[in-house]
Amino acid sequence: MTTETPIISVEHLDKFYGTFHALKDINISVNQGERVVICGPSGSGKSTLIRCFNGLENHNSGKLVIDGIEVFEGSKEMRNLRQELGMVFQQFNLFPHLTVLENLTIGPMKVRKISKSAAEETARMYLERVHIPEQADKYPAQLSGGQQQRVAIARSLCMESKIMLFDEPTSALDPEMINEVLDVMVELADTGMTMVCVTHEMGFARKVADTMVFMEAGSIVEVSPPETFFTNPKSERCRMFLDQILEH
Amino acid sequence: MSSAQTNEIKGAPLRKPPAITQIFASKLVSIVLYFVIVSGIAYGSFVGAQSMGYNWQWYRVPQFLYTYTEEGFELGVIFYGLQQTLLLSLTAFILATVLGLIVALLRLSGLVVGTAVAIGFLELIRNIPLLVLLYLFYYVLGPIFGFDRYTASVLCLAVFHSALISEILRAGINAVPQGQWEGATSIGMTKAQTYRYIILPQSIKFMLPPMTGEVVHLVKSSAIVSVIAVAELTTIGRNIISDTYMSFEIWFTIAIVYMVVTLILSVGVSYLEKKYEVDN
Repeated sequence: MTTETPIISVEHLDKFYGTFHALKDINISVNQGERVVICGPSGSGKSTLIRCFNGLENHNSGKLVIDGIEVFEGSKEMRNLRQELGMVFQQFNLFPHLTVLENLTIGPMKVRKISKSAAEETARMYLERVHIPEQADKYPAQLSGGQQQRVAIARSLCMESKIMLFDEPTSALDPEMINEVLDVMVELADTGMTMVCVTHEMGFARKVADTMVFMEAGSIVEVSPPETFFTNPKSERCRMFLDQILEH
Repeated sequence: MSSAQTNEIKGAPLRKPPAITQIFASKLVSIVLYFVIVSGIAYGSFVGAQSMGYNWQWYRVPQFLYTYTEEGFELGVIFYGLQQTLLLSLTAFILATVLGLIVALLRLSGLVVGTAVAIGFLELIRNIPLLVLLYLFYYVLGPIFGFDRYTASVLCLAVFHSALISEILRAGINAVPQGQWEGATSIGMTKAQTYRYIILPQSIKFMLPPMTGEVVHLVKSSAIVSVIAVAELTTIGRNIISDTYMSFEIWFTIAIVYMVVTLILSVGVSYLEKKYEVDN
């Protein structure tokens, strides 16, 4: 299903916060249509890595090329690239002063200069996709966490992104709302979208991932397909991590 | 849980505070106390004025507020002064907000030069008394750049208040969570678009209360331009007094006019605040 053109390629990427070495010599490539799930303990640099992809964090050295555009601090092409990259945050980051529909249309209208009616049409279509078309005129604060996160996914989809980045999309949700968000993400995966997802939801990972990545202390420890990752991980550290979170 | 259960209170009631606390906390006692103190002060000043042989002439005050002749009703010279004060304050406020926004954005820009310029400006303005600043504008900058006393006062008030306003704007902008920046950036918005569509609309509710205070402050500090004889409320008051020698009555009247204006402003904005709360 995946074609062999890397849409994201990372070579020898390093990132420092002051003297703290947050990402150490990261090498990874993601193909068009590939679904990558990144997991690992807190503070291992998973979020930092995914935030480097769309320039919310700037790496200090190494090469990061996404969809043929090199990412670096101050790049003029970052804005174009960000339109290709949908990002879903742990804390949703919806715009509380705008209705759901306005949250979805403001990007296409102001950034892509699409007409209001066309933007609204697209927005309603994606709200349908995430199963909340009836919430269009409400404000984010009137929705549950799971609904808000689905709006956030729809907001990224409205930008017609080629790649979706998920930064722990279910970590801030009540347990009973996690599945409604994961269901939407599984459906999205089924459409062939390229996805990079930081998550601890191993059931979801097993279901959709083409590649599993395990990070620890700023380094990538293991990259393997889910079959071997869950049954026979190469590294001891990864085995311990999986034992910890799959225990329950 | 059945409704019978929620209605039935099983625990013992809490102990009441001591009687003396209850008496002092009651509304009636507070109101009585308030009037006793206020009337005490009013009576004291009246007696004081009486003992220095002051000749109260309140009946002569209304002619400065309004005149009513065959030609019709006409607002008096005090209202002309008020109009000038409001015009002066409004112009200065608009200028101060624009300048304040520029300073705030410079400070938040993250550019070393921008931050340095903004902080330099803030420290300079905040550490000069308003009166001295006014003299600087009128006696120094006025002749250099060739502007008149009215322009000097507008600029002086605008510059002085822009320093305070920029801090209010900066605090309001910083009160919007960082995630909003990230959300807007991630959909490809530029910095300017993010400010305009995402950050500033959300910071208004944080800015409104201190901004009201600032407008009230500005209306009051505009009185200082009377020292360079710009025609406004306080100057008009001084002129009337030099004609009539009714300093007590006129100053009381002028004070009340200022108070009424600023109170109206405060009430109006607290209504706006409620409206913004409801919307969000």
